[in-house]
Amino acid sequence: MTPPQRQRRSPQEDPPPQPAQDKKEDERPNPERLYVVAGADGNRADLDLVTLIVARVEDPPHSATPEHAALLRLCAAPLSVAELSAYLSLPFGVVTVLLTDMLAAELVQARAPIVRKALPDRSLLEAVMHGLQRL
Amino acid sequence: MDFKGSETIPGPRTEDQLPQTAEAAAKIVIVGGFGVGKTTMVGSVSEIKPLTTEETMTQAGVGVDDNFGSASKTATTVAMDFGRIKITEQLVLYLFGTPGQERFWFLWNGLFEGALGAVVLVDTRRLEVSFDVMGRLEERGVPFVVAVNTFPDAPRYPFADLRTALDLSDDVPIMDCDVRRRASSRDVLITLMRFLHSLAMTGSRT
Ligand SMILES: Nc1nc2c(ncn2[C@@H]2O[C@H](COP(=O)(O)OP(=O)(O)OP(=O)(O)O)[C@@H](O)[C@H]2O)c(=O)[nH]1
Ligand SMILES: [Mg+2]
Repeated sequence: MTPPQRQRRSPQEDPPPQPAQDKKEDERPNPERLYVVAGADGNRADLDLVTLIVARVEDPPHSATPEHAALLRLCAAPLSVAELSAYLSLPFGVVTVLLTDMLAAELVQARAPIVRKALPDRSLLEAVMHGLQRL
Repeated sequence: MDFKGSETIPGPRTEDQLPQTAEAAAKIVIVGGFGVGKTTMVGSVSEIKPLTTEETMTQAGVGVDDNFGSASKTATTVAMDFGRIKITEQLVLYLFGTPGQERFWFLWNGLFEGALGAVVLVDTRRLEVSFDVMGRLEERGVPFVVAVNTFPDAPRYPFADLRTALDLSDDVPIMDCDVRRRASSRDVLITLMRFLHSLAMTGSRT
């Protein structure tokens, strides 16, 4: 029996184009996201799925919405944006908008993620390897 | 959206809370075509109960799962499950079981750009369902290892044949795994880390 055959692709210098789509409405670069809770798309903080968010204050200010208060309570201990989205059952994009407000108001702090670099950090990889071996 | 106020929202269990010393997190993506075992792998290796993050697209951006008959513009939810492993008191690793269709990836800012690397799961009964995602990773320069999730009734091929069929270069690791078993999934992740480490040693680009 012969398995089906794949063809390797090469790295692209520029980010690859949006996937081929043939419908007119798809010409806009991003689909609309829902901003029922978060309002219009303003200047959003550059938050990754795994940016860790930590509360800087214990109690929400009087002006805080229920969503802000819930976020603040959840990140008393560090929690990723992905987890916040999961626990609140809110889309990732909505959570990043809410967090943008809260970062501006200095209610929370963001700890930047470790991202892949052209030259990977060997000591980081070793730490991860050792951590995994303990599982 | 029905938002119920902060008291009713359960957060992580106390034993699942990260220490205040957690400084930074990294992520790995687990990819592959439909039904290859992504969710199972995330669940078997995660230290927390797997969670789901969603993003919402309106009809125009979706192109599948058309839900006609609704008067308002239909929103489609794309879900992605993920798990977490605490590596040290400072460092946390997240694993994302990513939807196979590339058109969903841009929903999550930097999902692939920032990932340390990827695990590509393949099912030898339907190898081709993972072809597209492998090409996308190559285009984006995301290093990956290939794990063959061995379903009982799946055909067995020698690794050399699979390597040829998948058109993998010699350095890309390929191994068997049973994603239902934690030790097996963990070994795949360790292999990925070793591979990334070897790339760092040889100084090749990502
Ligand atoms: N026998 C066997 N069954 C498996 C294995 N891995 C996964 N399964 C089963 O295969 C089915 C699909 O696995 P999932 O983990 O849901 O696959 P997935 O890639 O997340 O699927 P989608 O998200 O739908 O694309 C489930 O019913 C699993 O229980 C395996 O190693 N052996
Ligand atoms: Mg799944």
